[in-house]
Amino acid sequence: MSPHLKTISELRSFRENLKRSRDPRSPCITVCSGTGCQACGALEVLEAFREKIREMGVNQEIEIRATGCHGFCERGPLVVIRPQKICYMNVSPEDVSEILHQVAKGGGVIERLLYQDPMTKQRILYEEEIPFYKFQRRIVFGSNGEIDPTNIDDYIGIGGYQALEKVLSTMTPEEVIQTIKASGLRGRGGGGFPTGIKWEACRRAKGREKFIICNADEGDPGAYMDRSLLEGNPHSVIEGMLIGAYAIGSEEGYVYVRNEYPLAVSNLSCAIDQARAYGLLGRNILSSGLNFQIKINRGGGAFVCGESTALMASLEGRVGEPRAKYIHTVEQGLWNQPSNLNNVETWANIPLIINRGVEWYSSIGTEGSKGTKIFSLVGKINHTGLVEVPMGMTLRQIIFDIGGGIPKNKRFKAVQTGGPSGGCLPEALLDLPVDFDRLQEAGSMMGSGGMIVMDEDNCMVDMARYFVQFLEEESCGKCTPCREGLYQMGRILNRICRGEGREGDIELLEDLSLVMLESSLCGLGLTAPNPVLSTLRYFRDEYEAHIQERRCPAKFCRELISFSIHPEKCTGCGACAKVCPAQAITGERKKVHLLESQKCVKCRACFEACKFDAVIIS
Amino acid sequence: MLTDLGTVNEILEKHGYQRASLIGILQDIQSRMNYLPRKALLHLSRCLDIPLAEIYEVATFYKAFHLEPKGRHTIQVCLGTACHVRGSRRILSYLESLLEVKAGGTTKDLSFSLETVNCLGACALGPLLVIDRKYYGKMSTNRMEEILKKYR
Repeated sequence: MSPHLKTISELRSFRENLKRSRDPRSPCITVCSGTGCQACGALEVLEAFREKIREMGVNQEIEIRATGCHGFCERGPLVVIRPQKICYMNVSPEDVSEILHQVAKGGGVIERLLYQDPMTKQRILYEEEIPFYKFQRRIVFGSNGEIDPTNIDDYIGIGGYQALEKVLSTMTPEEVIQTIKASGLRGRGGGGFPTGIKWEACRRAKGREKFIICNADEGDPGAYMDRSLLEGNPHSVIEGMLIGAYAIGSEEGYVYVRNEYPLAVSNLSCAIDQARAYGLLGRNILSSGLNFQIKINRGGGAFVCGESTALMASLEGRVGEPRAKYIHTVEQGLWNQPSNLNNVETWANIPLIINRGVEWYSSIGTEGSKGTKIFSLVGKINHTGLVEVPMGMTLRQIIFDIGGGIPKNKRFKAVQTGGPSGGCLPEALLDLPVDFDRLQEAGSMMGSGGMIVMDEDNCMVDMARYFVQFLEEESCGKCTPCREGLYQMGRILNRICRGEGREGDIELLEDLSLVMLESSLCGLGLTAPNPVLSTLRYFRDEYEAHIQERRCPAKFCRELISFSIHPEKCTGCGACAKVCPAQAITGERKKVHLLESQKCVKCRACFEACKFDAVIIS
Repeated sequence: MLTDLGTVNEILEKHGYQRASLIGILQDIQSRMNYLPRKALLHLSRCLDIPLAEIYEVATFYKAFHLEPKGRHTIQVCLGTACHVRGSRRILSYLESLLEVKAGGTTKDLSFSLETVNCLGACALGPLLVIDRKYYGKMSTNRMEEILKKYR
């Protein structure tokens, strides 16, 4: 039965009652049910837990809770036994009854499901002691693993909507804006614009009505922190938007979310419905006079819609083309009214700042970048997942201490930050402290926080080509520099990768980049040359090897490599022949196989299938 | 049944015949009808008083919309950066030669539609393949045939 909370004191006493009724010492098993763990079978594990509990009878006072993403997606499904916080990884439905017996007994640990340190082979019991978590500072993302995102009581029970309470009862809108300004919070969506200044401009702007928008069109390939926040802790975003609405003077909010994130859409809708039922959204919220409602719009799979003016056009039901921003969206945005847009992570930071104060918040981070940032640490890295660290941590700490380094003893080559607008940073810059300004100086950017790690097998020219092709496809085509520039760059990069590069191609790429940097209409085109320029800056030798020697140093570019079978290493197991889609490999069992290079389509299937390193790329 | 205008009316009703909801309306039509039939778009144009050309402008701008019928199963190959560095292009070209269809196309027997997506946000599991919303993580070319068998 959901209570309709009419006043601030009713919310307060509701929270106190919740806290009293929940014993933090009682056993609770949380199963991570984010998209990553679900893909590894978390729902089956969850079902097994519920079934076994039923079998064990009603007397078992063990709570089973499906939570949001814990971040360590590599090792999913993750299960945490509370209150001890014992962390089990790669749990399968077969492990469930054993876990339940241990919990019911009130002790005992299942060794094989614990994290094992790859170096010392030592097993680690608790979540916070695992290196992946130990060096993080999870202030925004931390609650994800504790609460059931589809249950508003869980959020209220850990202090949720307290910031809203504080704002409505003790602060004026101006004071809220001053607080956000003083905290030094900068937009987490890419550009890093100071949030408080944006709010102030929108509050001052004149209009019939004002709109609050949450940008959840997380289009950067390789970044998924916003998805995990919306899935795992949607109320923190709603609370942030409510505070923004109070400060700016808006009654209507929108969340523009990617259609590729079905779970985020459903958890957010559920959260909005519950907040409405509790009286935390709607008219005269908690008798404060604040009216605010939130609508969800699903995107149509267009990357450019992450750009604010394109997003607003899309919200109006039109084609998502950006416009020139000589009039800012805080003055004239959605339906030509003042509109304040921030991304998911930015909104989720707001309640924290209000609750814990400016001093605390601005003590985290660097001079120009305050607070923490969530990164998605992906690609060629041992511990893949989402990590939240204070601004200013070095790339080396993030990649090696938290991420556990590069798999298969390969050599680190580069890390790509900032998505298609960012750049690739080489080994020499591993000690760079990560914040908005340092990344920009190095020719990359923060972006929404994707960090894609590459090893010696990745070709940097191919990387540049990948991003240019991505952007070429996603460019809306409205302005010439972006549309034509990307097309031409794509052609040049294609021919370099094919081994048909010409003298002068590098200079041509640089020229085109300059034109785009100067004259594109929106952020997409203005930053599109970054992947090319940064790889040219740090990995020029790879471009030159492709052009002058017709050679791909990483042995990646298809047209520049060939496959063969090493006769001494081949055991004749036939694994390669079985997977070859082109029937290019022949040979009798237990005899050396032969690869016909004319038939070979260079798909690498044989290379991956061979357990004896007998397939050679040259 | 494919161009059941009753379904379209139902969806229009749900969105309150709002022009601003055009993208949402198209999404709903597609999820009910599997693609965007021309008849449905004509009907939409009349009901919402939007020129058909404008509806086509929106329907062709956004990647999520299809103007042709899709196969019984949809295979999505994630080409996000994280999947790319772990070799998703190879997965795609392997699938293309296996199914004899190019990305964006549908097999002749209408059993599979092969699509690419830019990022599904499950980067830890790359290279990633999604068939009818079921995720297959850490894909390699040699697992593919066995997975496809389940859907044939």
